[in-house]
Order: sequence, then C-alpha cells, then structure tokens
Amino acid sequence: MIFISQLINGVHVGSIYALVALGYSMVYGIIKLINFAHGDIIMVASYAVWYGAVRMGLPTWAAILLSIVICPLLGMLIEKIAYKPLRGSARISLLITAIGVSFLLQNLARMIFTATPQSLPALIPGKLSVGPWTLSYTTLVTIAVAVVMMLCLNLLVSRTKMGKAMRAVSEDTEAAQLMGINVNHTISFTFAIGSGLAAVAAVLYCCSYPQVSPTMGSLLGLKAFVAAVLGGIGSIPGAMVGGFVIGIAESLTKGYIHSGLADALVFLILIVVLIVRPAGLMGVHRPEKV
Amino acid sequence: MNTKRTAFYYLLAALLTVGFYFVLTGLIRAGVIGKYHADMLIPVGFYIMLAVSLNLTCGFLGQLPLGHAGFMAVGAYTSALATRYLPFEGALGFWIALLLGALMAAAFGVVVGLPALRLSGDYLAIITLGFGEIIKGILLNLNFTGGARGFKGIPKQTDLTTVYICLVLTLFFIRTLINSRFGRAIISIRENEIAAESCGIHTTFYKTMTFSIAAFFAGLAGGLYAHYIGVLYPTTFGFDTSIEILVMVVLGGMGSITGSVISAATLRLLPEMLRAFLDYRMVIYSLLLIVVMIFRPTGLMGRYEFRLSKIFAPKGDKSHV
Amino acid sequence: MFDDTKLYPLPSGGYLTARDLDKPPILDIRYLGIDFGGLRALTDFNLIVGRSEITGLIGPNGAGKTTVFNLITNVYQPTRGSIILDGVDTKGMSTHQVSRLGVARTFQNIRLFKDISVIDNVKIGLHHETRYQMPEALLRLPGYFKREKVADQRALELLSIFDMESLAYKPAGSLSYGAQRRLEIVRALATNPSVLLLDEPAAGMNPSETGELMENILHIRNTFNIAIVLIEHDMSLVMGVCEGIAVLNYGKIIAKGTPEEIRQNPEVIEAYLGKGVRE
Repeated sequence: MIFISQLINGVHVGSIYALVALGYSMVYGIIKLINFAHGDIIMVASYAVWYGAVRMGLPTWAAILLSIVICPLLGMLIEKIAYKPLRGSARISLLITAIGVSFLLQNLARMIFTATPQSLPALIPGKLSVGPWTLSYTTLVTIAVAVVMMLCLNLLVSRTKMGKAMRAVSEDTEAAQLMGINVNHTISFTFAIGSGLAAVAAVLYCCSYPQVSPTMGSLLGLKAFVAAVLGGIGSIPGAMVGGFVIGIAESLTKGYIHSGLADALVFLILIVVLIVRPAGLMGVHRPEKV
Repeated sequence: MNTKRTAFYYLLAALLTVGFYFVLTGLIRAGVIGKYHADMLIPVGFYIMLAVSLNLTCGFLGQLPLGHAGFMAVGAYTSALATRYLPFEGALGFWIALLLGALMAAAFGVVVGLPALRLSGDYLAIITLGFGEIIKGILLNLNFTGGARGFKGIPKQTDLTTVYICLVLTLFFIRTLINSRFGRAIISIRENEIAAESCGIHTTFYKTMTFSIAAFFAGLAGGLYAHYIGVLYPTTFGFDTSIEILVMVVLGGMGSITGSVISAATLRLLPEMLRAFLDYRMVIYSLLLIVVMIFRPTGLMGRYEFRLSKIFAPKGDKSHV
Repeated sequence: MFDDTKLYPLPSGGYLTARDLDKPPILDIRYLGIDFGGLRALTDFNLIVGRSEITGLIGPNGAGKTTVFNLITNVYQPTRGSIILDGVDTKGMSTHQVSRLGVARTFQNIRLFKDISVIDNVKIGLHHETRYQMPEALLRLPGYFKREKVADQRALELLSIFDMESLAYKPAGSLSYGAQRRLEIVRALATNPSVLLLDEPAAGMNPSETGELMENILHIRNTFNIAIVLIEHDMSLVMGVCEGIAVLNYGKIIAKGTPEEIRQNPEVIEAYLGKGVRE
C-alpha cells in the first residue's frame, strides 16, 4: 500500500522531471550545450504564475497562460543574446556563459522579488477517492498533462517539417544548412519548445509545491538534467524514461531509506550511469572521430 | 638562457617577495594602512589562492569544475577539526592543521576526479557541481561539525604573515609546476587530448593529478579561511562561492596566473570600497561572466604571464616566452 | 643478391625487404578487424612491417586506412585479430602505453597543440625522455635545469630536420599548413618511436613541398632507422618512397606488393588507381 503510493508519488514527480529533461535533451542535441539556465526558466515561470495570480489577481488560467507565453520568449531571447554569439567557440566558453545566464536569472529574481519564498494558492484542489485509494487531482492532472505533452512532442519531432529540421540540425548542422534548413530558426524553435515545456513543468510543480523562490529551479533543473543523461541525452523517449526512473528512485529513497539521501542518490545515479553507460539508457554513443 | 641570469631572476624574485612583505607590514605598523584595511588583505590572500588553484584546472587543464568551494570546505572543516582535537599546540598545531586540511582536500580531489575525469567537460562540470552540493549537504547533517548551526570556536590563528607565506608558496609551486614537463603535459591535454595521449601522455593520470593539486591549494585556502573567520557554516561553501571563484578566473584570463591574482584582488577589494555595489554584486558577477565570454573569451589578460625576465631581457631574446 | 626493390616472402605469409629479413618484424598484424555498430569497417587485415621498411597504405576514401592507424595506436580496440608490436601483443593497452612502446603518429586533420610554442609541442613529445621528478621541478633543483636544457637542445635538433629552428618560439597554430604537418612529424619523432605512422603527410602540400617531404621521409628512415607506415593519396610520393604497399578497399586488403607490382595489378587499377599512375 505504502509502496504503491510511493510509486505514484514517484511517477508524479518523475513526469515533471521528464518535461524539464526534454528541454535539456533537445537543446543539448541541437547545440551540444548543457543549458544551465534551463532550470531557472522553471523559476521564472513559477514567478510569472505567482505574479499573475497573486499580485495582479488574474484568474488561475490566465496566470498559467501568462507564464507559458513568457517562457518560450525568454528562452529564445537567451539563445539570441548569450549563446548565439558563441556558436563555434570553445565548449568551455559556452558552458561558462550558460552558468552566467543561470546565475543572472537567479540573482535578478532575488533582487526583484527578494530571497524570501512566496506562497501560491492551491491551483488544483481536491482528491479522488475510490474505495481505500485516494489520489489528489494534482497527481492525476500532472501525470496526464505530462504524458499528453510528451506524445505531442513526439509527433512534432517525428511528423512535422520543423521536427525533421530539428533532427537534421542535431545530426549535422552544416549539412542541414546546405540542405536549405534555416539553422537559426530551428535552434530558436528548439529553445522555445524546451522553455515552453519547462513552463508547463513549472505550473505542474507549483500545483504540488505551492511556493516560489529564486533558487527553486537549480536543484530541480539539476535532477532533470540527470534524468536526461540517464535516458540518453538527445533522445526524447530517453528523457521521459529517465524522468520517471529518477522520480521513482527518489520517492522510494525518501519512503524507505532517508529523505536527506534522496539528492545524493540522484548524483550517485548520474555518476554510475556516466561510468557504466555514458550514452545513457537510450542514447547512441558517438566517439570523437580521429 | 644561461645559468647566471636564471639565478639572478630567482634571487630578484625572492628579494622582491620578501621586500614586498616588509613594505606591507611596515605600512600597517606605521598606520598608513589602517587596521580595517589590513584585515581585508587576509581574505584577498586566500581568494587569490582559490582563484589560482581553480585556474590550474580551468585554464591549464581545460576542464570546468564547479565545486571548487567544496574542496575549500573539506580543507576548512578538516583543519578546524585538527586544531580542536589534535594534541599540538600553537603555531605548530596550526601549520599541521593547514597541511592536513590541504591533504584531505587533495584526497577528495582524487576521489571525485577519478570518475569525473573519465568524462568530457560538460559532464565533469555537472558531477563536480553535484559534489559541491553533496559536501554541503553532508556538512549540514553532520553533528560533530555543528551542522547548520555552524562549527564554532575555531582559534583565529590566521594572520597576514601566514596568508602571505601560503600565498607565495602556492604561486611559486603552481608556476614551477606549469613551467615543467608536468605542466606541459597538463597543457597538452587542454590543447588536444587525443594528440597528448598519442605523445605518450597518460591523460587520466595527469587530469586526476591536476585536479587533486588544485584541490590541495583550495583546501589550504579553506584552512586559512577557517582560522581567520572562526566559525564555519556549510552554506558558505555553496555554488555561489564556486561561481565567485570562477568569475575571478574567467575575468583574469583562463591560463594566466597573473590575471587570476589581479582579478581576485580587485574583485575582493573593489566591493569593499564601493559599499553600494555589494547588493548587486552577484548580478554584476553573472553579467561579467556573460559579457567577458562573448567579447573576450580568453579573459581580460588572456594567457599573459608577468615575468621578470621579460623586463630585463635584451630585445629579441624570446627564449623565456 | 638481395635487392631492396623486391619483397621476400616469409614463412608466415608476409613480405619483408632484404634489409629486414634477418630481424623479427616490428609490426605483425594478423586478421585484424573492427565493426562499427554492425558495419564491418575492417576485416582480415594482415600486415607485416620490417624494422626499417617504408610501407604505404593506399585506397579510396572510406576504405579503412585511418581506422588501421587508430587500431595500431589503440584509439579503437579491435573486434578481431591481433597486433604484435616488436613481439608484444598490444591488446587492451591504452594509447599512451602503445606510444611508449614505440608507436608515434600524425593525424589526417592536424592535431597540434596550437596555442603553445613550436618548441613546447616538440618538448611534449619528449615528455618521457626529459627525466626529472616532480620535486625537482617544484623546487627548481639542478636536475630540472639540466634536463630542460637537454630537452631544448634535442627539440631544436629535431626541428632542424625540417629547417624549422627559426620557428621554435612561434605559436604552433600560426604556422603554415605545410609547416604544421612537418611539426607533427617532428613531434612524433620526439617520442622516440620505432614505428612512425603518417596519415596523409602530403595533404595540402604543393608538388615542390611534396618532393621535399619525400626526401625528408627517406632521410628520417635512414637516420633514425625506423619503420614508417604512411597513408597517402599522392601517388608520386607513395610510389617514390614506399618499398611495400598494401591496397585497401571496403575494409579489405585487395593487393600487396612492391610499387611496381601494385602499379601493374589489374584489380588495383580497376578498383582504385585508374589511369593516373600509368601516365
């Protein structure tokens, strides 16, 4: 019984991780960058919901919409200003810039909203009871939304022209360009989609943990990144599987071992995966051509 | 370069080092530098050590670790435990504590480095970031180090002289390391790992070694910090501190020890002088990171190194470059 | 009498030049093969290289030539077969270990240490020959100065093979394309190899540079008395310096022999050479 509820908890958190992991994975696939700022997009999205719902007094749906509109724009803006000028320069420079952006977003938030966490009203109240089972609507909605989003993304990537362009650019940017694909648009689009998914994840996260703070995105982002690596970076189904595995592992650790160890366990998983199977569960290992 | 001239430069450098110390302490004693500002020089010293040691991995080895503050924490807590529990008194006890802290950090460097360094740069960044956070997490939960309430009552034994000695030793050893066959091996890994390997360089060994040497000096700086501030809180050694050190390295120039010294000193002293700046420090740091990377990816000083022989060498002699 | 323009068969099935006949071969590669995710990139590759032989490895693009180099240097681990280097099976070794056993190489897409000086590039090749320990370096003991000086002299000496001493303190990345290729050879020689693998050494060179390179290759073989294996598309160079040639196509050796034999082999002509060589 406890096991089942821990498992459901795990799937719940895992689906949020999976949505965030998709953003990491897609961006990494396309420009080979760990977008450190991705986690902070979640934070921005959450503040947008809070600002809309609490400060401006908008209805919940409008606040959510606001956040889902702002984040893709922010993602594209970050790419244009900070990452694009560095395309083709050393990987380490790009990585440092990404850390800079992440740090900037956190500290701007700290400056504007102070470091004190802000509370959100419950977005989806209520529980579903079937016999001895109770399940909060939040959990149901989270899992359902995450699964639907992932299916849509899969369709987008596998069926549409833009999806094909995304796959082509991540396979070989130069060749894609020669085939007439607008690489800049494709990269912008990838950032927009990734940030949009992060915004959805943020909203779902706020449903279960109704509190926003400037640093809320960093640990969440880090765990999602681990999920992306576990699943195989660059692979969309991999990010989903990775997200669920991390969520469940974390939830079971909290339930059966010690809640303080959950974060350490996530990193342990990362280290083991990277050593045993660097390409992740569903990724393809491509050694450097000599 | 002939032997006599080499000896001359080493002697001159030694004289300047000692001379600078006496001028500094003289100025403090004469009251030209007030007590308040003299106190500020101590953290400048260990921040330079932190920046220079990070530069070793960042600028010379070409890897990006994000948990440098974690090594500092290991050094700080180990040395604090050593002065508390080991049966050595006074200065001897202090120096032993500093050394133990540094060695423990170096050992952690090997433990973290071995798995992390098998991977490419990006993953290394994440693993070391994770390491930093794990160290912080463990320290928060450890009872005998005071946990979140802090490790209190550490004797405040760090003075300007100790810091100066440690700083000079750090700079000297890192410089001599870099300008030796070992340093060339480290740099070859940054330049082209596959070529380095095919030149017979055991890249995994040198990466781990560099990592652990950098950790050693970060640990030493941690020990100095612990005995300067007197109280340790785990949260001091978080991601923010690691980033602050990274900013110093990036700004000064990845691969320039001179640059790290200058930028660490500037970034420590400037905000103290411009009090208003303090609130925005982190925002400005992050902007600096982005702007420097976009417009001058090698940092302000690039890979420039200050050398006495550059000043005195006859024109056209480039053998010191 | 033995003739160096001929190859003599060994009982094992390989061929050697007369000079190397009485000594065990430096490289003995048997049934070497590697698969890349189901693709058989190389199969049944057999090659015996004499101690002072210059061997050419030719074939169309994608035939698996560089793969052979990557296997010899253990950048890749073979799926099948064995590589015996001077009597030692290199199976499972890492690249740096193979380098210390005496294999040095250059790269098709030049891999220099671009941001550091030419002489330091060579001195990295001299890493193991520059024998001082860490304490000597850190404390600047006499051993450090002595051995660094020796290394400097040795590096300049090696650079002088290609008349590059005057470039010693320039950043390696600032050299011309041809000079960079030559520097890679110097750096490889600095590791004191017994086999030198050259991956398209003449790529991007003009005919007069290629001519000089030919002389240099012969000079290197004669002074260092080492084996050289080279991958090259420039047939004048291959035919001019190689004593034995192996032709690869689709990951398989389709012919082996002296330049004269290869020139006349109908299969080679059909598969690869075309009319270019018979002009």
